[in-house]
Amino acid sequence: MDNSATLEAEVISERRTARSRRLRRALRPWLTPKVIGGGIIVLLLVIGGLSAPWIAPYDPNAQNLSQALRPPDWLFGANVFGTDALGRDILSRLFYGARISLVIAVMVVIISGVVGIALGAISGYFAGTTDFLIQKLVEVVWAFPPLLLAIAIMAFLGQGLENLILALVSQRWITYCRVSRGQALSLRSREFVDAARSLGARHTRIIVRHIMPNLLPSALVIGTFSMASAIISEAALSFLGLGVPPEIPTWGSMLADGRTYISTSWWLALFPGLCIFFTVLGINLLGDGLRDILDPRLKRSGSGIG
Amino acid sequence: MALLEIRDLKKYFPAPAGLLGRAKEHVKAIDGVSLDVEDGETVGLVGESGCGKTTLGRCIVRLIEPGGGTVTFEGRELSSLPEPAMRDMRRKMQIIFQDPYASLNPRMRVGEIIGEGLRIHGLAKGRDLKARVLELLARVGLRGEYFGKYPHEFSGGQRQRIGIARALAVNARFIVADEAVSALDVSIQAQILNMMLDLQQDLGLTYLFISHDLRVVEHVSDRVAVMYLGKIVEVAPAGKLYSVSQHPYTQALLSAVPVPDPSRKGTRTVLQGDVPSPINPPPGCSFHPRCPFALKLCAEEEPRLEFDGQHGVACHVFGPGGTKYL
Repeated sequence: MDNSATLEAEVISERRTARSRRLRRALRPWLTPKVIGGGIIVLLLVIGGLSAPWIAPYDPNAQNLSQALRPPDWLFGANVFGTDALGRDILSRLFYGARISLVIAVMVVIISGVVGIALGAISGYFAGTTDFLIQKLVEVVWAFPPLLLAIAIMAFLGQGLENLILALVSQRWITYCRVSRGQALSLRSREFVDAARSLGARHTRIIVRHIMPNLLPSALVIGTFSMASAIISEAALSFLGLGVPPEIPTWGSMLADGRTYISTSWWLALFPGLCIFFTVLGINLLGDGLRDILDPRLKRSGSGIG
Repeated sequence: MALLEIRDLKKYFPAPAGLLGRAKEHVKAIDGVSLDVEDGETVGLVGESGCGKTTLGRCIVRLIEPGGGTVTFEGRELSSLPEPAMRDMRRKMQIIFQDPYASLNPRMRVGEIIGEGLRIHGLAKGRDLKARVLELLARVGLRGEYFGKYPHEFSGGQRQRIGIARALAVNARFIVADEAVSALDVSIQAQILNMMLDLQQDLGLTYLFISHDLRVVEHVSDRVAVMYLGKIVEVAPAGKLYSVSQHPYTQALLSAVPVPDPSRKGTRTVLQGDVPSPINPPPGCSFHPRCPFALKLCAEEEPRLEFDGQHGVACHVFGPGGTKYL
């Protein structure tokens, strides 16, 4: 009796370890140092942004002019990272700023990536007139200095998160489109595309199943860089007063405000600057690591490309 | 009626334009080819690089739109078929490519690659599809556990087997093998060739076997067609071509095949000059500038493919059409 009970317990625990072993095996290819490092930074950022209302010590817009430009108190004090020129708590503003930066970066990259890859794949795959028209559109947009176009769009549509995203997407899809088009042009004459055609595949199927998956690795790399630059562009537009409305704290506007005080109160610009720096670093690491994993040819280091 | 009838097929590609405006010149990749392929036979197609073999193969399955002439398969004329009707026909005629590294999508798993045709034509789904793909893997001598692997995990020979399985998946009757073994090691070539012959026996396949390698073609073909500058210069049953070839070009081609016998000093016919440009092929017989037997007539009148039984020769000097001038 006793014996069978321990046996049963053993079987159960064995099953459990088997399950965890399977889980570990499934996760192992994903756990490269780059993915872990980048992932931790991005995860902290997401947690910080999402839980801002609960973990931020102060209201990000609460002004206290008597406490203005207070230097950092570090771990034991009222204002861990100090206060800005209006006496607002910098740490609280950083938490709230993470939300805006994240939403903008993610939305801009996803929208411009989808638009750019789709148009690039269509352009390169069909070539000829389709390609000519799409590439002319690209060249027209390309002709505008990127910030100028964004300023024009913001001035025309007014401040606001959606408009800001639209303004940033308006030039960013082009990079994806150009790179994707070049690759699609070379992919369309590859024999596996011919093979799909001779099987009777329609154009949509060839583009979606054969062209686009082969465009993803480079798009992912562009995506990480463009995510970083979207955060910086948002900062630039906020600096010019064309970003999100001023009552919403963003790292970019904090950096811009702090610039004035850089010689006397370094903490105003340093902390948002560090936030941008680590966010960009984390996203780049994660993107690089993901590219290594998602490209099946590079999956096993040492096996080489053959 | 033959399974596949090619009549006067032509494909001209526009030549790269010159500096000033548009040059109205064309590369005559295929220039009036006629060929029949009977059900169940293997027709070899040989010729040197650039003679139009590959273009011919691709025109047949309409990966390239033919410029003129007709391709009739199972009694249906293909080049005038609209694309939806052509899609049905594509099931019956498949192509195996030369480069086993370029012909498989690197981002699709083996199971998806082989199953794609089944999916496109709605032939199988879900569990049926997997069962069918596993059966195909077994047919081409690959293990079922390869189902979830990516192409880069395989050797050239294994990849070519995957390509063959993909062509077989849709129950093709006719397969264009475009230099299907040229990229492989000799030992692997033999394996793949023998497998293709076994598959032909089991499934009643018909092959158009395109190659520049005469020994390979001799091994697999029932009949062989020799191409030169976009035209067929000689057609013969495989055994006969190798013993009593008539066309001077075929003879030069055959004399270039290395013989594994060091004591035999072959009488090698070395052709003078280069292959003329297919943009401006010579008038008359396109082989005449390099032909050791050329007559005055050869530069003036194009020889037709004249048949004596199954053996056809396009020559003014040799073969059934040539004797009258000697």
